[in-house]
Amino acid sequence: MVSRFKEALDSGKFVVTSEVAPPKGTNLEKLLHHIDLLKDKVDALNITDHQSSVMRFPSLGGALAVIEKGGEPIMQMTCRDRNRMALEADLLFAYSRGIKNVLCLTGDAVPVGDHKEAKGVFDLDSLQLLMTVRQLTEGQDLGGNNLDGAVEFCAGAIVTPEAQPIEPQLIKFEKKIEAGAEFFQTQAIYDLENFTKFMDYARQFNTKILAGIVLLSSARMAKYMTENVPGIFVPQELIDELSAVPKEEMLAKGIEIAGRTIAALKKGAVCDGVHIMAIGREEVVPDILAAASLE
Amino acid sequence: MKSITRQKSIEDIQQSLNGLDKIFVVGCGTCTTMTKTGGIEQVEEMKGHLQEMGKRVTGTTVIPTACDDMTEVAMKENEQFIRNADAILSLSCALGVHRMNLYIDKPIIPAVDTLFIGVEETPGYFREACAQCGQCILGETAGICPITACHKGLVNGPCGGTNNGKCEVDKEKDCAWTLIYNRLKEQGRLDLMRRYQPPRNHHVVPRPRAIRVQ
Repeated sequence: MVSRFKEALDSGKFVVTSEVAPPKGTNLEKLLHHIDLLKDKVDALNITDHQSSVMRFPSLGGALAVIEKGGEPIMQMTCRDRNRMALEADLLFAYSRGIKNVLCLTGDAVPVGDHKEAKGVFDLDSLQLLMTVRQLTEGQDLGGNNLDGAVEFCAGAIVTPEAQPIEPQLIKFEKKIEAGAEFFQTQAIYDLENFTKFMDYARQFNTKILAGIVLLSSARMAKYMTENVPGIFVPQELIDELSAVPKEEMLAKGIEIAGRTIAALKKGAVCDGVHIMAIGREEVVPDILAAASLE
Repeated sequence: MKSITRQKSIEDIQQSLNGLDKIFVVGCGTCTTMTKTGGIEQVEEMKGHLQEMGKRVTGTTVIPTACDDMTEVAMKENEQFIRNADAILSLSCALGVHRMNLYIDKPIIPAVDTLFIGVEETPGYFREACAQCGQCILGETAGICPITACHKGLVNGPCGGTNNGKCEVDKEKDCAWTLIYNRLKEQGRLDLMRRYQPPRNHHVVPRPRAIRVQ
């Protein structure tokens, strides 16, 4: 059975995905609440995989929770913590339990996280993981053995349209498309003119692009991101716009900015959809959707 | 090529020598001399530290190249001092410890950690050059090794963590794939970067690694 998310991508509609993060521990209350809040408002929900290399409840477990709630998960899978055997096994298990979408990532480096002395595995990279999904789909594992029961995933990847220099990233982007990436969720984009240029280039390929929308919750956060997060560029006008409002109104301003960015992308048919990352403020994702007139 | 080392803390060395009172100290005239972790001066300094700990130093020597067969000669020359010692404290890299192990039965305690195989790019700056992976791809990566120069050892291009040509784990370090891209571009060989590199074989020579040359 084809994934509901894949059907949405193929339908030509403006696709909306968002994401939830598993907890540090076994208390799933907040995660389940976020799933309840968002599952019917978006086409699919990403479950992050130890994001920023911080050890958490696994993305596989989070994706199962989305299934149990009747939602459509996109399981994020990084190559940082598992060798090829463990990745293949988790893909088999995920598919057997109804998970139909996987986002293939290399994964952040271990030293940026909270287990700084752990071994970074990287037995595969994001590209090789995409190829692995393809091979498992064809009924064969990486050892060349036949599977008793194959998988059928809608597999995607990420791209950073604002990366400097951009050319090496675009080479990898094209390799990911050749490896069968059916969709891309981009790193956060804020400069629509730049992003439109990227899309003019990306449109030549047969894949779907969902623009990454990261909520700017304050001027300080916007400044921090543009100065410190690789591949994120927040134009000064947006930082000024946030700085111009009182502190307690900054979040509302950030929601407005995110909403109007999404609306502009949709109106201009710039890309195939958006991926909304509220990073700890999942509660306001419905407000962003409302601000974008998507509700 | 150099075996790059860093001295262990004096506390760690003292801990390792617990219960061993008479010590013979060995340095190396090659790599640990270059990195100032086991040359004549460092051996002398270590002798001072050991005396402060209340140890008796039965003797010292700096073997010209501790990893080769000259070590056997050095061990023989110092036989009486080694015989009087409870242990040997080694300021050579781990290769030297292995070599000494062939000739003497006493405990050999490393005073340095062996970090990597590196080259001295500029005076005093040592960089890892080869991880000895057994599948050299330097011919496809413009002579820059993505196994050692990329934090994640990626072979299919940069990750998303690279920023303005720098690495996500250290802003002082270059992104290997930006370097590779720039050089391949200069050489007119960017098609090599577009090529899919399959998963690596981690058992080209399975551990424990050894080969016999006929």
